[in-house]
Amino acid sequence: MRALAPARAAAIEPGRARRRWTRFVLPTYVVLVLLYTLVPIAVMVLYGFNQAPSGRLTFAWNGFTLDWYGRLFEIPDLTDALIHSLEIAALSTLIATALGTPAALALARYRFRGRGLGDMVILADVAAPSVVVGASLLGFFVYLGVPRGFTTILIAHVAFNIAFVVVVVQARVTDLDQALVEAAQDLGANPWVAFWKVTFPLIFPGILAASLLAFALSIDDFIITSFVAGQTLTFPLWVYGAVKVGIPPQVFVMGTLIFLTGIVFAIAGVLLQRRRPALRA
Amino acid sequence: MVGNPVKGFTFTWNFGIYPDAIGQYGTQYGRSFLYGGASTLLSLIIMYPVAYWIAFHGGRYKSILLFLILLPFFVSFVIRILSWQFILADEGIVLGTLKDLHLLPGGLHVLSTPGAVIAGLTYDAMPFMALPIYVSLEQIDRALVDAGADLYASPREQFLRVILPLSAPGIYAGVLLVAITNIGDYVSAAILGGPSTTMIGNIIQTQYIQNSDYPLASALALMLMVVLLGGMYLYARAFGTRRLQEYV
Repeated sequence: MRALAPARAAAIEPGRARRRWTRFVLPTYVVLVLLYTLVPIAVMVLYGFNQAPSGRLTFAWNGFTLDWYGRLFEIPDLTDALIHSLEIAALSTLIATALGTPAALALARYRFRGRGLGDMVILADVAAPSVVVGASLLGFFVYLGVPRGFTTILIAHVAFNIAFVVVVVQARVTDLDQALVEAAQDLGANPWVAFWKVTFPLIFPGILAASLLAFALSIDDFIITSFVAGQTLTFPLWVYGAVKVGIPPQVFVMGTLIFLTGIVFAIAGVLLQRRRPALRA
Repeated sequence: MVGNPVKGFTFTWNFGIYPDAIGQYGTQYGRSFLYGGASTLLSLIIMYPVAYWIAFHGGRYKSILLFLILLPFFVSFVIRILSWQFILADEGIVLGTLKDLHLLPGGLHVLSTPGAVIAGLTYDAMPFMALPIYVSLEQIDRALVDAGADLYASPREQFLRVILPLSAPGIYAGVLLVAITNIGDYVSAAILGGPSTTMIGNIIQTQYIQNSDYPLASALALMLMVVLLGGMYLYARAFGTRRLQEYV
């Protein structure tokens, strides 16, 4: 028995070392990284309250004010840009979801010629660097002689959003029990009825998640948009253009409001997703 | 394609443009891969332990912690980088304060240096890196780790020989996502960098939009795409071919 003692002691030691790591060292580190992640967000919120006598922010802190929330829409160009962004995000989300959902159904359910190619195209669209996508789209529009503006931005956004819609909805369709659809058809539902009564309600959370993602990607996109925008400005383009001349505080206020809206929608989405499993069970 | 913005372009085959482009902008290509690579590696080193702790010890706070990691997604991309400009500016709220307290030397400049660009790229990459790694760690069967312990593996060996290899697909997906995005990025270099930190994305953007030199810009973009695709292929051969889609 005595001979075993040192071995046991050695077995306990690493256990303690491990506990120290997972109890203190790693959690502290995680908190530090999270704080680091939050710093730029805090700066954005904070500078929305910074005084700026010239109407353009300086890097220095001049004092607290609520003014900019009241004067949010005082810069007409900026307001127009924000409206463009919202319009393009809403339209491209609608179109991409309408086109992407059937594509996801087809890719997930059926085996057909070109299915592998379809998957490849979707993956390439998700993985290709934005600079290349933007440059190719501009090349394409120049070649066809299409003038750049609102429509070309919309087309570009639909193009990259479709891929994300397909990826997200496809995951949901793959999880779906195909037997449910067959059961509906056995009970006399034609494919149209079976889709709307069975498939659609079951994949709806996926479609919702996909459209929220598409909206967020669209309103956020800068690189691709910068290539195809022509003279039309979206919110990110306006902000980027203002960097050299000075940022008005309204930019940070709008950023803060977009941030909060996004969080509200994300939480609502999560809560909605949580209610669904009961339905599937 | 040859021509100019005034007379219009006609399509001809002109391969000479490729060597010209490489000769002219080799430095910027090199820089893009350097900055992109450095920020990818940094975000991997920073986020792996975070993803690990959340997946294995997050307990009931898992979803909240994950949500906090993803918070930067809700801030507009350009504003995220812009915030860093305010943080790193000489007289800004963070660096300025630290200098006033004499914690940092007064002559220190961060903006316009490669460090600032890489910091911006790394920050942007952090959630993209954490998410796939978290997913792959979360999927690991805890019994395998316990089995390792039963077979007298020290915690160090359990990690190196069980957990790390099993999380490889997540690392693979994260690195791929981040590297592609960051090598092609130009916003970080444009806002946080200076004339000496220009990346190939900046060149493509300028040639396309300001100079309307479509042939040159297209050649530059195509080369970037070909190099990245080649890199992706080699990378997939070396580290496995698990589908990226599962992690997006």
